[in-house]
Amino acid sequence: MARAAIQATAINKWFGEEPARTHAVRDVSFEANFGEMLYVVGPSGSGKTTMLSMISGILRPSSGAVRIEDADIWGLSSDALAEFRLRRIGFVFQDYHLFPRLTTAENVAIPLILQHREWNAAVEEAERNLEIVGLRNRAQLPPVKLSGGEQQRVAIARAIISRPDILILDEPTASLDGDTGRNILSFVRKQLLTDERCIVIVTHDARIYEFADRIMRMEDGSITAVERSQLDAQ
Amino acid sequence: MSGVLKIAYKLLINDRTKFAALLVGITFAVFLMIEMTSLFAGILNRSSATVNNIGASIWVMDPAVQTVANTIPLPDSVLDEVRSLPGVKYAVPLYSGGALLKLRDGTYQAVNVVGLDDTSLFGRPQVVSGNIEDIFAENAFIAIQDAEFYKLGNPRIGTEFELNDHRGVIVGIARVASSALFGVPTLYTTYSRALQYIPSSRFTMSYLLVEPKTLADVPAIQASVARAGYLALTRDEFVKKISDFYMYKTGIGTNMMLMTLISFVVGLSISGQTFYTFILENIDKFGALKAIGAKGRELISMILFQATFVALTGYGLGVGLCAGLIWLARSHLPDYAALITFGNLGTAFVMVVVIAAISSYIGVRKVLRIEPFDIFRG
Repeated sequence: MARAAIQATAINKWFGEEPARTHAVRDVSFEANFGEMLYVVGPSGSGKTTMLSMISGILRPSSGAVRIEDADIWGLSSDALAEFRLRRIGFVFQDYHLFPRLTTAENVAIPLILQHREWNAAVEEAERNLEIVGLRNRAQLPPVKLSGGEQQRVAIARAIISRPDILILDEPTASLDGDTGRNILSFVRKQLLTDERCIVIVTHDARIYEFADRIMRMEDGSITAVERSQLDAQ
Repeated sequence: MSGVLKIAYKLLINDRTKFAALLVGITFAVFLMIEMTSLFAGILNRSSATVNNIGASIWVMDPAVQTVANTIPLPDSVLDEVRSLPGVKYAVPLYSGGALLKLRDGTYQAVNVVGLDDTSLFGRPQVVSGNIEDIFAENAFIAIQDAEFYKLGNPRIGTEFELNDHRGVIVGIARVASSALFGVPTLYTTYSRALQYIPSSRFTMSYLLVEPKTLADVPAIQASVARAGYLALTRDEFVKKISDFYMYKTGIGTNMMLMTLISFVVGLSISGQTFYTFILENIDKFGALKAIGAKGRELISMILFQATFVALTGYGLGVGLCAGLIWLARSHLPDYAALITFGNLGTAFVMVVVIAAISSYIGVRKVLRIEPFDIFRG
């Protein structure tokens, strides 16, 4: 039986005050399960990034609740929520946000360093993670020396180094060509999706829909459809 | 070093252009601040050179005296009056005044003549060539080998000159702790010869030098001298009076303070702006750190560490540069009157800390305001 990793209940998000209030997310409820790869798709301005931010503990909902496994994340204090994100959620940002002044291995080690792991031990662990994404030989290079696809894989290595339950990927293929994007998503699906992990991906890219378990469509801040993907049919 | 601070350190020093710009800003500001305050300290130190070189515990003078160079002669009766005070171990007269020498080559040179008490030679300099007793010889003067010595034609023992149509002879070369401020050489002789060679008014004593029996006697001596209508200052009080005169009653103090403030503003502008740009360029990275799980205080500690590291490194470089240039200047310009004191270093340090605090405050505000949500929105 599927075990819920993320439970969003009637979450709303609006910005500004009446009468100029903008309603970015309207009354959204859904579950994402462990062992599942959930895509959130929709046109620009549909509220998917706002929704992603709320379920990952980055943006406080105007109303509603978000539970990750047993934790009501918006009931946590600011520091506790930061610690929760650090240990339980891995982020892959659209622009990667790698530090150009650090080596690739040091970039990957950042979550462990924030957990107060000793520097050299963290970097060694990062090098092992780079091996998982096939970039062990790039460990000492700065990220700017890497291609877009390689930078994406570095960002993934950074996101998984804490062994998070939840992995959040924001437009992972936006800066990549079609083949590289497909390879990345194939890798994520095969190597990173486990029974103990839930992966949520926000994307515009229909070419990678084939890797999803479910696809949740959003428009004007609301969920308009939830579809099982072709994987189920297979 | 904790991991977060190591990240901050690497972000800072690996951005070499910004790091260099920050260091140049702070170093330049520290250099200017220390140079300005050192020049002022050097001027103040030299303005009190006679007081420090003579070394008397108490100086009795006319209350209108502002600096050691502008003497107002005292009547001889003051000497007897002070010597009779309880608590006075001894009291001797001192002559200090300007004169014009005619050197052997026919040129004239202004000098400062110090006349020491004939019986005690209290305040005598350290003779490095010749004997102090020779000061009692006919026409005898001792030349002080300081930065102005060459202006006497680098005299040796036996070198002659004229002073108000009197023959003078150098009988010794001596050293003192510090050179005088106004760039004239100094000659020492006896009090009586100074009066004989240099025209004077009805009163002749420039200062009365007093040694108390104990330190506890000083207030009573000062009070008694004040009742007689004169002023008795300890050495430190006299030095402070002279310093206060130059600091507050001439334009020197104001100008130096303005220059120091301008240096501070220049340093603050360069470093503040560069540091702000540095933070702006990394703002998305700080936002990403926040999203990943860095706490606000960790981000603050990163920025404070970066600002402090730059400030302290720039401070060290600035102090080193200033010390090096002062050393270089002194080796080529003996008159160069700069003196690095703990006060200068402390002042510059405080100003650097203020620069770092203001720069980091701006950065901290910026970083704390960044929302991780903005990172998602790109």
